[in-house]
Amino acid sequence: MLSFLNALPGAMSQGLIWGIMAIGVYITYKILGIADLTVDGSFCTGGAVFVMLFSGGANVWAAMLAALLAGMLAGLVTGLLNTQCGIPAILAGILTQLGLYSVNMAVMDFKASVAINVTQADTLEKLLVSLRFVQGAIRGDFPLWRHPILVVGLFTVGLIALLYGFFGTELGCALRATGSNGSMARAQGIDTDFCKVLGLMISNGLVALSGALLCQYNGANEINVGRGAIVIGLAAVIIGQVLFSKLFHNFALKLLAVAIGAILYYIVIQAVLAVGLNPNYLKLLSALVVAVFLSLPYWKGKYFHAKVKTGGASHA
Amino acid sequence: MLEVKEIWKVFNAGTVNEKQALRGVSLTLKDGDFCTVIGGNGAGKSTLLNAVAGTWAVDGGSISIGGVDVTHLPDHKRAPYIGRVFQDPMLGTAPTMQILENLALAARRGQRRGLRWGVTKAEKEQYQEMLKNLDLGLEDRLTSKVGLLSGGQRQALTLLMASLKKPKLLLLDEHTAALDPKTAAKVLELSDRIVAESHLTTMMVTHNMKDAIQHGNRLIMMYDGKIVIDVSGEEKKKLTVPQLLELFSKVSGSDEADDKLLLS
Repeated sequence: MLSFLNALPGAMSQGLIWGIMAIGVYITYKILGIADLTVDGSFCTGGAVFVMLFSGGANVWAAMLAALLAGMLAGLVTGLLNTQCGIPAILAGILTQLGLYSVNMAVMDFKASVAINVTQADTLEKLLVSLRFVQGAIRGDFPLWRHPILVVGLFTVGLIALLYGFFGTELGCALRATGSNGSMARAQGIDTDFCKVLGLMISNGLVALSGALLCQYNGANEINVGRGAIVIGLAAVIIGQVLFSKLFHNFALKLLAVAIGAILYYIVIQAVLAVGLNPNYLKLLSALVVAVFLSLPYWKGKYFHAKVKTGGASHA
Repeated sequence: MLEVKEIWKVFNAGTVNEKQALRGVSLTLKDGDFCTVIGGNGAGKSTLLNAVAGTWAVDGGSISIGGVDVTHLPDHKRAPYIGRVFQDPMLGTAPTMQILENLALAARRGQRRGLRWGVTKAEKEQYQEMLKNLDLGLEDRLTSKVGLLSGGQRQALTLLMASLKKPKLLLLDEHTAALDPKTAAKVLELSDRIVAESHLTTMMVTHNMKDAIQHGNRLIMMYDGKIVIDVSGEEKKKLTVPQLLELFSKVSGSDEADDKLLLS
């Protein structure tokens, strides 16, 4: 129990970082209605681009911006495969993801893992987040404001505010209309292909940014880091939806629910590990959890009938 | 306003399901014309409308709207000129978005969409006023999701959306077919009102001969991918359903098609 409590701040920090990826998944899965599997590859791309640039002496923000752009490029590829080549979205994502494995390897100089030298104090100092700050900020080795929960939390709030603003603009509305009803969108003169590509780019940009943050947190980027990311993202989206759909109706709060979903997911994982589960079973567990939660609405519709609201004036 | 010249369309070319849907259809509508389109199933009515809307490219011929050749433009690029209401009430609106947001999307039909706000405060008041005029009880539900509305409410909203930014051409594709008779009559009445108020050039496909005669100033009947009857003005005003049927059997040379038309 004590070890679980000790691990809690770390789990929350990691959850927050993955939450940014989950927000990216939310954009494709919930807004555009596409299950985009690119993220399994683009998550690692973000980390790979970050670790190489940062190790090469680049500014941490510049390296993160580069990671974001690299992720957007991955989204662009999937989007073009889908809209310009007529490949179904799921398959387009799988193709990009597969190709990205080689790209990520190439970016990382054909090494399966590249580390940041966090033992060097001035290197560590430059990072935005690190697992060393989790205890360090509490112990007083680092200022308290450097605690990852605070830093990534603020980062997430900033991103949510930005996205909330964007989806309220004409372009953002066009993107939402594309996902809601393509034929309506086209009848209003919206280029739905363009909107899909743009949505995939924004989504994968966020995913790669999350990858760059996790790379800093762990102090290394590993080639398999993104494997199963889509499932974690979906888990966060679904947990957030199940727990908060009755409470949160505002778009910004819905995004917040996704971030909280990711945190809860990591806390549950931590709890399961504390009980003594072999970590190798985690992926199976994640898959099962997501499968069950995705099945629930279907079962609900099939075996339980919602009460029909009666009364009220019948308008034309 | 609309000039359709000799357009052709084949579906499933080269397969057993090959269907010659349009066979050299030509049609010219003057500014302010309200043309009703009738015909049996598979006659090519909806195909003609979709060809004009740009759902797919035609195999031959040309289409121009208000003097602009749109033959090779995809549907979203024709949107600046065209307002559409679909047969399926689900198709015309975005169900997961608010009534307000749907209207705001329609108000920007065919415009460049940038990073300005998607809905402005001034618009909100304007739409509230417009919805009040529709008398559907929607003016107090601006922030409701459109998915919660009935089919009739949705069609009425789609009509409003199609005319919010005055189109050069309004396309109504059996837009009352999925509604109950009472609601259908109400939506049809609303269509008449909107067309008259904004002086819109309109094409309305319908299955109902009586509606086709009662509404608009011109009537065309399609059969087997061609326009076989075209009446307008005084002649159309005096037209009755039996006359129309007689006219049709003369042109098509068969009686069984009459039954098909009457039954459908």
